[in-house]
This record gives sequence, structure tokens and C-alpha cells, in this order.
Amino acid sequence: MFSEELDRYSWEDTTRRIYAKTAADVEAALRKSHLDVEDFMALISPAAAPYLEQMAALSRRYTLQRFGKTMSLYIPLYITNSCTNFCVYCGFNHDNPFQRTILTEEEIVNELHAIKKLGNFENLLIVTGENPKDAGVDYLERALKLAHPLFSNLTIEVMPLKAEEYERLTHAGLHGVVCFQETYNRARYNVYHPKGMKSKFEWRLNGFDRMGQANVHKIGMGVLIGLEEWRTDVTMMAHHLRYLQHHYWQTKYSVNFPRMRPSEGHFQPNVVLEDRELAQLIFAFRIFDHDVDISISTRESAVFRDNILPLGVTSMSAGSKTEPGGYYTYPQALEQFHISDERTPAEVADAIRAKGYEPVWKDWDGWL
Amino acid sequence: MKPLKIADRTFTSRLFTGTGKFASNEKMEAAIATSGSQMVTVAMKRIRTEDKNDDMLRHILRPDIQLLPNTSGVRDAKEAVFAARLSREAFGTNWLKLEIHPDPRYLLPDPVETLKATEELAKLGFIVLPYCQADPVLCKRLENAGAATVMPLGAPIGTNRGLQTREFLRIIIEQSNIPVVVDAGIGAPSHAAEAMEMGADAVLVNTAIAVAGDPVEMAKAFKTAVEAGRMAYEAGLPGQGFTAEASSPLTAFLN
Repeated sequence: MFSEELDRYSWEDTTRRIYAKTAADVEAALRKSHLDVEDFMALISPAAAPYLEQMAALSRRYTLQRFGKTMSLYIPLYITNSCTNFCVYCGFNHDNPFQRTILTEEEIVNELHAIKKLGNFENLLIVTGENPKDAGVDYLERALKLAHPLFSNLTIEVMPLKAEEYERLTHAGLHGVVCFQETYNRARYNVYHPKGMKSKFEWRLNGFDRMGQANVHKIGMGVLIGLEEWRTDVTMMAHHLRYLQHHYWQTKYSVNFPRMRPSEGHFQPNVVLEDRELAQLIFAFRIFDHDVDISISTRESAVFRDNILPLGVTSMSAGSKTEPGGYYTYPQALEQFHISDERTPAEVADAIRAKGYEPVWKDWDGWL
Repeated sequence: MKPLKIADRTFTSRLFTGTGKFASNEKMEAAIATSGSQMVTVAMKRIRTEDKNDDMLRHILRPDIQLLPNTSGVRDAKEAVFAARLSREAFGTNWLKLEIHPDPRYLLPDPVETLKATEELAKLGFIVLPYCQADPVLCKRLENAGAATVMPLGAPIGTNRGLQTREFLRIIIEQSNIPVVVDAGIGAPSHAAEAMEMGADAVLVNTAIAVAGDPVEMAKAFKTAVEAGRMAYEAGLPGQGFTAEASSPLTAFLN
């Protein structure tokens, strides 16, 4: 399990080493075709800032070679915001006094059909809070079975499950699982996740091993940027990715870099990732791993998304609503986070084409 | 140039093309047309098979083109056979590019599952073109299992690294009784020409054309290179001398 490996990396020492990287380390990393985590640390370090243009060119080249001039599109479907966790930064926090929604089967079907009217979507991301009693695995299984005839690729972003539960869901059409560790800083994790199941750091961390054991096709990873030193967090994620690739070699991986913005809700981020830094991080990750899927959501602005799309990113959401029932049932409900890119899926697809890229709606089959 | 015969079909072009990674379906169509390719592979998973007007498919289907659906995405023989049956129903063809690469990073073919699936699919009447490692023994086993061609790799898919496996490709070509199509890794027209000069029956090119600055011009370059390489092979390349000939022959004393 990765928790044992993570113990070998000291948070403080890793942070120190990242900040000690020099221009020579950056140049050495840029000369290599296969990088290790130390090289990655150089590329995300402040020492790499003057090399942004070279990194962009290299990132674009690797992405083009591996993924071509294509951009995969997906859309999220929030089916419940009911949650028993107390994440201090989250709008769905249990302490937030608002009416919780758990969509009924009929409502889910209405949402699915409403999404189909929005665009040619075949990649669907089903999202929930964590409420195993009222919206547990049985509920997820029903939702997947309802979506399976309509979408060729189903991913869930839900609470960590047991390996046998993941496996059970693969029989209902599950393709991929996304889970954000939020932060790899074990000592500080509970500052943000004080109570509920999510307060169990190891259960969440080792969830990725359980996904691998259940042989899910694709595993999505991410840290929430805004909590701890982002450079150290993404370095730990790079270690985690390498570990998973060695142990679960038949699985595909994706990474995501959600960042909190200062204006977003009651929780003020401890660290702010600027656009330049996010770009540096995307380039560094692509140069570190040529094959990983890098996803960018509508949390980011249209301008940033349009410009970053040929430079390393391989999948984008479009037309997203982050409240349950947002497409049809309850168009006014509470969002989990604020959407920045509010364009329609057709507008996003046009913007992709305008960059000389082909929007890809379908790249999987439901029976696979 | 001699035409190429695979199963019951004759091809005058020895350049097979892929359909992934293009900037648009229009660019793909134009590049394929210029390449003169008569065998075009497409990933089943990219096609909405229930939609007769699928945007990608309608840019591929032409009377002179043999559509070669591929099973990219399957992880074992069982899934491959299932995919093949769906493909036959959806595309109305027995032709199949068998791709079983359970490793999503380097997309390397699984020899065990590929052999198993080839045996089974050949029995079911499919014309099977398996993507495989450049392993001469495996290629003989695939031939015996009923494959219509073998498609050994030059280098991992999409790497453009050329014929990294040339020593093994040479043996495969020497030993094979079925066409040998070099698939994957061909990143420049010179690589394609080299494969053809070695005696490969055809090459399959995708990434190098799709992501080129000008895919149509690149398609033309590959067409020319494949033809040049084949013509050279058919004309009989002179062997390369391994030493210079000494002006006073070393064996003159034997005369």
C-alpha cells in the first residue's frame, strides 16, 4: 500500500530540496527524455520559472506525439450533495445549513437526457458527496446502470470504497474512478478534514491501491491546491503516480490540478497558485510523464483553457453544473464550487476547433 | 510494382494508414486520399456504431478503401472476440486489426492473448491482421493460427523512433509465408522506405502523418517513400560490400 511508501518521503525535506533546485538542475531535467521525481521537482521549482517557454514547447511536443491534435470532452453529473464530512473548504460541508438533495432514479434519468441534449457527450463523470447510509454503493450502482445505456464511458468521483465495491461497480459499467487526495501532508490533513470518514488519511490514500486491485480501467488523481505548499503536494502525487504505475500496470492514469481562488466562498486558501505557476505545473507534469491524461475543468477561465489546450492538457469538461439536478431538476441549487468557464459545450468545441484541434466526444465503448 | 494480396483482396498501395490524432476529420480525409492508401484502420471505440452518419466514419468510407476496424482498448482475447463480433455486425466486414495491448502506457501487444484470439477469430471466419511484437517465433505461431498477415512493430506506437526492431523484422520477413506489415514506430518517410527495402510487404503509418505540420504533404511523402522502397526491393538491391577490395588481392597466391 502506498501509505508505507509515503512514510519514506519527509514533507519538510522534500520542500527544502525543491526550493534548493538550481538552473543547472532544471537544464539537466530538460535534456532527459525520461525523468525521475527529482527532475520533476526541478521543473516545478522557482528555478524553472525562466524556462517556461522551453517547457511549454517540450510539453506541447510530447502531448502532440502521444495524443495528437485531439481534445477529449467530458461532463460531470452531481447526483447528490448529501455529505457527512466536514471539509473546511467545501460548500457541501455537513455544517452548512442547506437543503440536501439525493436525486431519485427518475430525476437521474431526466438529468442524463438533459445532458444528451447539451452535446454529444459520451464521457460522464458521476459525482457525489460522502453519505454511505443514504447514498452508498447500492445507489451508485443504480445510477451507473441508468447511465450505462446512454454513455459509453462512466467515471465516478465519490467517497473511497472497498476493493470489492469498486469491482462490483465495474460490472454496472464503471470505467474509471477519480479521487483527490486533497493533500499528502499527513500531519496537516486533519486540519482540513476534522471529522467524518474523510478524516481517515490512510483510508483515502490507500483507496488508489484498492482501485488498482479492482482492476478499474482508469484512475484519476489530484491534490486541492490552496491547502498546503503545492510544490510538495504535487511531488508526492508524482511519487504516488509512479508507485501506482509499477503496481497496476494495466490501468490508465489521469491527473487534475484544481486550485482554489481567493474569492471562492468562506474558506480563504492558504496558498494561491498563479496562472503562470499552473502552466508551469502542467508543463512539468507532461515532461515528467508523456502518457498521463491531464484534465482541466470549468473551474478555470475560458481564456486560460483555450490557451493551455495545445500545451499539455488532454481532456476538458464543458457545460458543467456542479449542483445535483443542475441540468434539469433543480437548475438553481447550490454549487460545490464556482464555474468560471460558462460556455456551452458547442462553444467549447468550437474553441477547440479554432485552435486546430478535434474535439473527441467518444473514445470508448460501454461493453469494454 | 507487384500488387499486394491479402486474403481475397488485391492492393496496389502498400501504405496502410490510421485515423487517430488528426486535427479534424476533413484533414484526415484529405491526407488519406493523398496517401493513396487502400487500407485504413479505425478504432471501433471512436465510432458511434449506432449512428449511420457518424462524423468520423463518413470521412473514411470510400469504395476503393478496405476499412480495417481495430480492437484498440481490449485487454484480453475474450474482449477481443467480443469486439470482433460487434465490429462485423456494425461495419459489415470480416477484416479486423487485432490489437490487444493491456498496457495503456506503451500500448505494447500481449503475445499470449493475441495468439489465443487469432486462433479463435480465424476459426470464426475473420480476416485477422494481428498487431504483435517483432518476435519471429510468435509471427510463425500467428501464421499457423490462421492470421492473414502479421503486423510486427518497429518501435512502440506513436514514438516515431523508426525500425528499432530491424534485426528481428529481417528474420520475420525472411521466414514468413504471409504478408508482413510493419506497424507502429514509423516516424519518417525514410523509416518506411527502409522497411520496404528490407522486403516488408506494407507499412502502417498514423502518428507521423496525423501530427505533421502539413498532414497532406506528409502523406504524399510517405506514399513516395513506400513506392521507392518497394521498387528498390523488387529491382534487387545490390548487397553491401563489407570491406574495400584490396588492389593486390590477398588471395592472389592461390591463382
